[in-house]
Amino acid sequence: MVVENLVNDVKEVVTRWKDKEGNLIMILHDIQDRYGYVPREAALEVSRQSDSPLARIYEVLTFYNYFKLQPPGRFNISVCLGTACYLKGAPALIDEIRHLLHVEEGATTKDGIFHLQIVRCLGCCGLAPVITVDEKVYSAVKRADVAGIIAEHSKAVSKN
Amino acid sequence: MATVTKIKAIINGNPVEVDAGTTILDAARKVQVNIPTLCKHPDLTASAGCGICIVKAKNNRKMLRACCTPLEEGMDIITHDPDIVATRRTVLELILSNHPTDCLVCGRNNNCELQKICAEFGIREDNFERILPEIPVDCSTGTIILDPKKCIKCGRCIDACQNMQDVWALSFIDRGFKTRISPAGDIKLAESPCVRCGQCSAHCPTGAIFENDETQKVWSLLQDPDKYCVVQIAPAVRVAVGEGFGYPVGTNLTKKLYATLRRLGFKTVFDTNFGADLTIMEEGTEFVERFVNKKGPLPLITSCCPAWVDYLEKYYGDMISLFSSAKSPHEMVGAMTKTYYAEKKNIDPAKIKVISIMPCTAKKYEISRTEDMSASGFQDVDVSLTTRELIRMIKQAGIDFNQLPDEDANLMLGDYAGAGTIFGATGGVMEAALRTAYFAITGENLKDVNFQAVRGLEGVKETTVNVKGTEVKIAVAHGLKNVKFVMDKVRDAIKNGQPVPYHFIEVMACPGGCVGGGGQPYMVTDDIRKQRAKGLYDEDAAMTKRCSHENPYVQELYKDFLEKPLSHKAHKLLHTHYKSRPLYVK
Repeated sequence: MVVENLVNDVKEVVTRWKDKEGNLIMILHDIQDRYGYVPREAALEVSRQSDSPLARIYEVLTFYNYFKLQPPGRFNISVCLGTACYLKGAPALIDEIRHLLHVEEGATTKDGIFHLQIVRCLGCCGLAPVITVDEKVYSAVKRADVAGIIAEHSKAVSKN
Repeated sequence: MATVTKIKAIINGNPVEVDAGTTILDAARKVQVNIPTLCKHPDLTASAGCGICIVKAKNNRKMLRACCTPLEEGMDIITHDPDIVATRRTVLELILSNHPTDCLVCGRNNNCELQKICAEFGIREDNFERILPEIPVDCSTGTIILDPKKCIKCGRCIDACQNMQDVWALSFIDRGFKTRISPAGDIKLAESPCVRCGQCSAHCPTGAIFENDETQKVWSLLQDPDKYCVVQIAPAVRVAVGEGFGYPVGTNLTKKLYATLRRLGFKTVFDTNFGADLTIMEEGTEFVERFVNKKGPLPLITSCCPAWVDYLEKYYGDMISLFSSAKSPHEMVGAMTKTYYAEKKNIDPAKIKVISIMPCTAKKYEISRTEDMSASGFQDVDVSLTTRELIRMIKQAGIDFNQLPDEDANLMLGDYAGAGTIFGATGGVMEAALRTAYFAITGENLKDVNFQAVRGLEGVKETTVNVKGTEVKIAVAHGLKNVKFVMDKVRDAIKNGQPVPYHFIEVMACPGGCVGGGGQPYMVTDDIRKQRAKGLYDEDAAMTKRCSHENPYVQELYKDFLEKPLSHKAHKLLHTHYKSRPLYVK
């Protein structure tokens, strides 16, 4: 990812929050909103401009699940691990995705197409186990369905 | 002065009275009760990280963590009963469930706090499945080894790194079971702001952070008939090594150490205290040049401490011109050994190996910091060992340390004045420099060479010294957080065009100075720092020659070899350069 105007982007965000106590988390939110994740270069620039040690920045970035340290994929696969989905077999779905895409939780495939994230409860427990790919919801998913869901999106990419 | 409120309470049936704010843990000690803990260290803030120190209070259904709960009026505390001990045991078993059990091959075998507490609790079996995280070992600095899988997440290293030293190399990353110590967001320690002070390793209760053990390297050199091994000991080592052999804290064992080092196989035994005297000649003269002759900016800042050099290059690159260019004492002894001594004794310097015994982990980095550290044409110091490594070597060699007769050093680079020995304590370098600078400025020796104002453990010591009517403003700072305070004051003054607040600043990175160094024996507290320092000040007070310029062997070295302080030759061999370095390599 080419991060243009990174210094200015960070400056704008840091200035916006400069008078607010405990502003680091807001700054990082804004950075993620802008780039879709928090690039290392941006974290370094935030460190320089806000006088926060990088060690502190990464304490925050890695503590909250919400923050992403890698660029998001073209498609974002979220697997719900809330109680209902967990009991209905979500762990097997995660296994299958890992196996098929060679991707760990919180990471993006090498080709940049899929990003795998684990979420806690999507608010539709009656449909458990649930996977979403971006906005599209797949309900009562079985292990055998996973390959099809992935293929559906891979095809969409190759057509373009 | 505000009066301190007193709290009265009961601990295990014993009445206790303490100042308000005293924790249950500290209050219990007053009635001879030790509550076990793995995370609370006297130097550091309580993190309530380990959960071992739980106690019960009457009429309170929860168990309280003694390390961070202040004793309250009327509390009735029970620290030990079968229920509490059983709970502690479970906590301990849970800690062990993700800690390796290869204690026999761990660097902390026999002095690990976790191992000790497991022995006390009589842990004999694993009640929980052992799940070990797979995290690679980080050896990138060559000085401090980070092995996060041995970490029990007590948070001591992080408190030491972030709050005591203000370095911010280490932090926890991730959360829950995945939580681990990591340098600045999962990079290598050598790429982080780490200055190798080693306070993390000195405070770690387990083997998760450990000095790079180079004893084997030294054994090999000692075995090699083609090598001529020379050793030197730093000031602070002599008053700490005894802790490994059952001596009272602070016992000064200089002469026994000389004897030991010869028994280990070193052909020549020098003393870094000589180098300290030599440093004072160079640095003291540098100060006089700047202060009296106005050749160079003020304040002059001392540079003997390699963790401080690293910190300055990373955090204060804009202030390098203020830094003394004099090398640290052991580097000076190294350079003199491979030039002056080699020449006098007609030994091929290529065959000489210089080993420094230091209270410090950063010295391991310093010896190859830049090409200036090879001023003799060879690397001036070949290996730098910590006090802890030396203790292990003595034990491995089967030397009955306590029974050894005293011996003397080889005097050519081994004799020293009182000034040289106090280098090991905060304020000591300043005091030594003032003794010689006074002489250099006035041509007279001080009537009273003691500068009480720069001694002791106050974080920042500021005072004014009257040199025959001229006021010299000085500051002494130890512990990098305190150093930052002093440096920022200087930087602000320069930025705002105001006169600088000091003329001369002494800095030591570790709290207490080298006596509290990152390579010293474990479980240091302020009391221990004071007693080690006392061992040095007592030695100084008993000496007839107390000023560096009175050291006859230093005088001879200048007469025969270096000419005079700051001569061309002295510059080439005894001085160095600094450069601004990035805080993060990537």
